[in-house]
Amino acid sequence: MSDQTIRAPQTVTRTARPRDENEEPYLEVTDLQVQFPTADGMVQAVQGLSYRLPLRRTLAIVGESGSGKSVSSMAVMGLHDTKTARISGSIKVGGREIVGMSEKDLEEFRGADAAMIFQDPQSSLHPYFTIGDQIMESYRAHHNVSKRKAKDRAIEMLDRVGIPNPQRRVSQFPHEFSGGMRQRAMIAMALVNDPKLLIADEPTTALDVTVQAQILDLIADLQRDFGSAVVFITHDLGVVAEIADDILVMYAGNAVEHGPVDKILGRPLHPYSWGLMESIPALTGEPQPLHPIPGAPPSLLAVPSGCPFHPRCEFKDRVAGDLCRTLKPELIPRTIDQGRASRCHLKEPDRVFDTEILPRLP
Amino acid sequence: MLLYILRRVVSAISVVVVTLVASFALFFLAPTDPAGVICGPRCTPERLADIEASLDLDKPAVQQIGLYMKGLVVGRDYTAGGVTTHCPAPCMGYSYTLGQPVTKLLAQAIPVTISIVIGGAVVYLTIGIMAGTIAAQHRGTTLDRITVGSTLIIASFPYFVFALLVALYATFLPESQYTPFLEDPIAWASGLLTAWLCVGVTNAASYTRYSRASMIESLGQDFVRTARSKGITRRRVVYRHGLRAALTPVATIFGIDLAFQLTGAIFTESIFGLPGIGLLTLRAFGQYDLPVLMGGVLVGSAVLVTMNLVVDILYTFLDPRVRLG
Repeated sequence: MSDQTIRAPQTVTRTARPRDENEEPYLEVTDLQVQFPTADGMVQAVQGLSYRLPLRRTLAIVGESGSGKSVSSMAVMGLHDTKTARISGSIKVGGREIVGMSEKDLEEFRGADAAMIFQDPQSSLHPYFTIGDQIMESYRAHHNVSKRKAKDRAIEMLDRVGIPNPQRRVSQFPHEFSGGMRQRAMIAMALVNDPKLLIADEPTTALDVTVQAQILDLIADLQRDFGSAVVFITHDLGVVAEIADDILVMYAGNAVEHGPVDKILGRPLHPYSWGLMESIPALTGEPQPLHPIPGAPPSLLAVPSGCPFHPRCEFKDRVAGDLCRTLKPELIPRTIDQGRASRCHLKEPDRVFDTEILPRLP
Repeated sequence: MLLYILRRVVSAISVVVVTLVASFALFFLAPTDPAGVICGPRCTPERLADIEASLDLDKPAVQQIGLYMKGLVVGRDYTAGGVTTHCPAPCMGYSYTLGQPVTKLLAQAIPVTISIVIGGAVVYLTIGIMAGTIAAQHRGTTLDRITVGSTLIIASFPYFVFALLVALYATFLPESQYTPFLEDPIAWASGLLTAWLCVGVTNAASYTRYSRASMIESLGQDFVRTARSKGITRRRVVYRHGLRAALTPVATIFGIDLAFQLTGAIFTESIFGLPGIGLLTLRAFGQYDLPVLMGGVLVGSAVLVTMNLVVDILYTFLDPRVRLG
């Protein structure tokens, strides 16, 4: 299992469920913009993001740090402080609009309809309260039940996420748990109210590889049982291959490629996606030098003109008329492949990938 | 836990013993002439020798410490001018200017000082933590700036100037005096009220700033974000999750600060005329009343290590990750 997660991502280990365009989306994000006014100017964290996610499907959002993947998901949870963030566009969860929702309605929504798992379970759990306390608090926030009943529910959830001896574990503190167990407890806390939408923000990044695989299995397993929609934020393409149905590649606050995971990982069409794949080290065969993407992600205070990726793109010279520098490409289908889209001016990206990129991949 | 407390008590006692030896060396072995001072200007050599003998000043220094410690544990007898008086344990000698056993003087003074320090702490912790928490939540707003600004003004006033101004102008407050708590709790509280407010307000300034900084840090923690994602009320997020974590660093500072509060009590006591340890030792210092000075130092260090021990034990209730042992 663990070597599958880190092998070259062409090996798609999971057959994506057939996609039905007419399927009613549970989560629908339309032209989402998130901006943070600062003393240095406006930080353009998310610029016009749109996606749809039906129940029982998993969307992986990938990208470097600062690409807007976490910021957009925090917006879905309504976690941004309206005093410091400007949010526009629309986020509909189960038909309810989240953008502009009152704090009181948000309190009812958060944890009940949508829940979130965070990257580092060590810092995301409160160090002074027992695991049981924290799960019970989540449950009692949305269910009018006695402490006794909430505790039974907490024990049941701990058992469900595979924590041995839950009767004893429920009254222990987070520091008495191992990293993997803590993340299981986080998952138990997130799922205690049966949310229909689960957002996992790099839930395996802080864990070691063997534990990672267990947690991924657990999330996939629970998703099957609970029938929820999952947004999975990661920068690990191996994890994406393992868990996702769809993938959304983000760069500098924009979606640059979007589509079914087997198609995108099998034959990505955006130079940034190519760069991500080339940055994965090969663990088998002769050691080969890595091909990292040159440069660094742009400052979100001054996003480059035209295509935001053009300063780091090695293919921009192939596009006629300086187009990459002057015109931002649309996120549209680039090949006859339906159901996928990318944001790039490059002509025949599939041919470029097959002839130039594929041979370079480990 | 019990073993830990036992170990801490043993180490506390050794700290007190070291303080005792060090201050003994400073006071009794320094080139002062306590017997001469006590005897006064018209002193006969016989009377001087008698006083020296009664103070054991004629014996070697090591033996003097030994006798002093023995007095602490089992009591000792004093012979002055042919009359022998028994001083029961814990005996710290006699004050020759006040003519009373030091133990009795201290027993009267300790409750005064502790009342001032603890009562003041209640005031400044309450005001400081509340103001700091509110300022942290409204960080960057006018309310926050006013809070931070006024704490700066209060903190830049020297304490004794502030206390003197209060003593001079705040005449609407009840008159400062000490009544033992067990005698009349209401008189006890009203007599100390001015001192408490004075200690409380000046120290609240710094505790507001500690709490504000600690609270801002705590509200930025991942677990606060987790708490918000659970759908609990904002009030619960701030007070149950944020404040709870913010209190630990404040408690740490409080533990260290208690030492300074005890020393600082000397100002409060002299300005408001409250007969605490500070005032007692200050008077003794001016009159070379060495037994009283020694006793004051001894009790001061004992109170300090005890308070530190109490704070350390309280800490385990605040932070479950701290395991004593």
